[in-house]
Amino acid sequence: MPDETTENTVTTENTVTEVTEPASTVEALDAVGRSDSAAARAAEHVLAAVEPKVGVSKPDTILMADGVQRRFGGMTAVDVEHLEVQRGVITALIGPNGAGKTTFFNLLTGFDKPNQGTWSFEGRSLAGTSAAKMARNGMVRTFQLTKALSRLTVMQNMLLAAMDNPGENLFGSLVRPLWSGTEKRNTEKALEILSRFKLDTKKDDFAGSLSGGQRKLLEMARALMTDPTMIMLDEPMAGVNPALVQSLLHHIQALRDEGMTVLFVEHDMHAVRHISDWVVVMAEGRIVAEGPPQSVMQDQAVIDAYLGAHHDTDLGDDSLLDPAVLARLEAEEEKR
Amino acid sequence: MEELSRILTQAAGELIAPTTAAYVLAAIGLNLHFGYTGLLNMGQAGFMLLGAYGFGISTIAGAPLWLALIVALVASILFALILGMPTLKLRGDYLAIVTIAAAEIVRMLGRSSGLAEWTGGQAGLRGNEFKDTFAALSPLPDGRTAIGPFEYLNNGSDSWWVRLVGWSLVALALVFVWLLTRSPWGRLLKGVREDEDAVRALGKNVYAIKMQALILGGVFGSLGGVLYVLPRAIQPDGMARSMTFFVWTVLLLGGAATLFGPVLGAMLFWAVFMLLRAGLREGMAGTLAPTQVENIGGLVVGLALMLLVIFRPQGILGNKKELAFDAR
Repeated sequence: MPDETTENTVTTENTVTEVTEPASTVEALDAVGRSDSAAARAAEHVLAAVEPKVGVSKPDTILMADGVQRRFGGMTAVDVEHLEVQRGVITALIGPNGAGKTTFFNLLTGFDKPNQGTWSFEGRSLAGTSAAKMARNGMVRTFQLTKALSRLTVMQNMLLAAMDNPGENLFGSLVRPLWSGTEKRNTEKALEILSRFKLDTKKDDFAGSLSGGQRKLLEMARALMTDPTMIMLDEPMAGVNPALVQSLLHHIQALRDEGMTVLFVEHDMHAVRHISDWVVVMAEGRIVAEGPPQSVMQDQAVIDAYLGAHHDTDLGDDSLLDPAVLARLEAEEEKR
Repeated sequence: MEELSRILTQAAGELIAPTTAAYVLAAIGLNLHFGYTGLLNMGQAGFMLLGAYGFGISTIAGAPLWLALIVALVASILFALILGMPTLKLRGDYLAIVTIAAAEIVRMLGRSSGLAEWTGGQAGLRGNEFKDTFAALSPLPDGRTAIGPFEYLNNGSDSWWVRLVGWSLVALALVFVWLLTRSPWGRLLKGVREDEDAVRALGKNVYAIKMQALILGGVFGSLGGVLYVLPRAIQPDGMARSMTFFVWTVLLLGGAATLFGPVLGAMLFWAVFMLLRAGLREGMAGTLAPTQVENIGGLVVGLALMLLVIFRPQGILGNKKELAFDAR
């Protein structure tokens, strides 16, 4: 009996989000830190052969950036020499505040234009492509601050995201038979996706009435309505209730398991270690390291970027008074 | 007592007046702009004046009614394109500034002596010069007809014929807007209103959607302008900034983003406005000059608009719940 009670408490914590999910999966995720789906193993296998160094070429590149620079006045916010993103895996883009992650993200998704550089998606150059065109090409994004369409219902949010609706044409919209069929199919699809995200009971509520975490889920669900091949998540965990984080991580892994490519920007290292197959680290606008999550966290450049190069130097150390030592430290700093 | 009933009849007459119908059309256009799409058009009077000029000038030049109407509509479409192309890619406030300035430009051009040959300059175009083609279409017999307390000429300027056409146009416009706004296209408009970046991120051409809304709303404004001048002359100074703000008041009173908001708003606005002015004229006959009455009327409208936005931003028909999530 006591055992059962404990079991129950564990489940209730996740009831909101994980009703149909057996508690064991969540626990497994916690224990191992990673899901163990076929797609996860495949991703690990493929990426194991890739050398973890900056700008390395991937066996199956879906997104490629080359010499992308974005300057704001005299400040270079993003200066990425070369980056390739492997298809069908979860790539995390991490870095300290001000590293240029979101700016780089906006460049990739067409919400901002770089000063120079080329970048391509599935082999097609993306220079001069609008954000809307990017989404139609199959690369859809979400936002750090959720952009739920507040005064539309959850269902309307979903339906709006569906592609190629003849009713979205000004003239087509006047003739209901032209779009009622599409609308019906989209509604079914939306319901299916919503139920996966446990939002189906909220379908007639205004999106503005959802909680922060639910809005994140809605944004992800909405992105799925566009049938993307690649989904870009800007800080999916930001502002999310800890109880929802686990479920959110699970959903992101599910995207990969369905064959989508995921690129996400994140601050939360815990989340990154949990779900990503490959990690790209940015600092001061550049990519300073990339590699599998287990090893990249040990990378000296990453530790330096996050904590400063001499974080372990004791500032009270008398040796710092010695000009020779100081000069050596400065030289190290220069080289970095 | 007789005075009171005359004032009340006058106010009630505003409910079905052609001017009211004209304002309904203009407010329906503004509703497409602001209520559904979130575009801040502060120059709806410009669209109306342009429609009026397009109709009047082409009729005087000898165009038949249908052609004159097309000229009026094309004028507003071009106006919307010119305003929209540079501003719709920018933030909403820019459109507000550009529209208010552009409406003034249209008015200034209309009243300038340089174009007086066509526009009649400051004096404008007299009604008799351009309303014949419209009046000739009337199937009504000559004479007067009284329905209840309302008695008007069958044909002519302030006639049953203008009312009939005006309110039929309103009915058609309502059906049209209803069809549009229940459709996925209407949903797109609302999406753009809520957050255009989100809509853009979902692969929609936000610029095109906003342009379509701007043009369509402008076309309704232009139609409203034509209807507005049919019972009167085309006078540029009579269709100035205050007209834009009257249209805004009408829309916000009835309720933005609602189908019948513009209708209810316009009827209520003009009835109350007339009641106020007629009452002041009668009641304060000795102390206030007629121009002062007009000024006080305008002042009260301004005050009402402020109170409305502060205390009941959703208007009469609007959904309070829908508005409650507005964090902006």
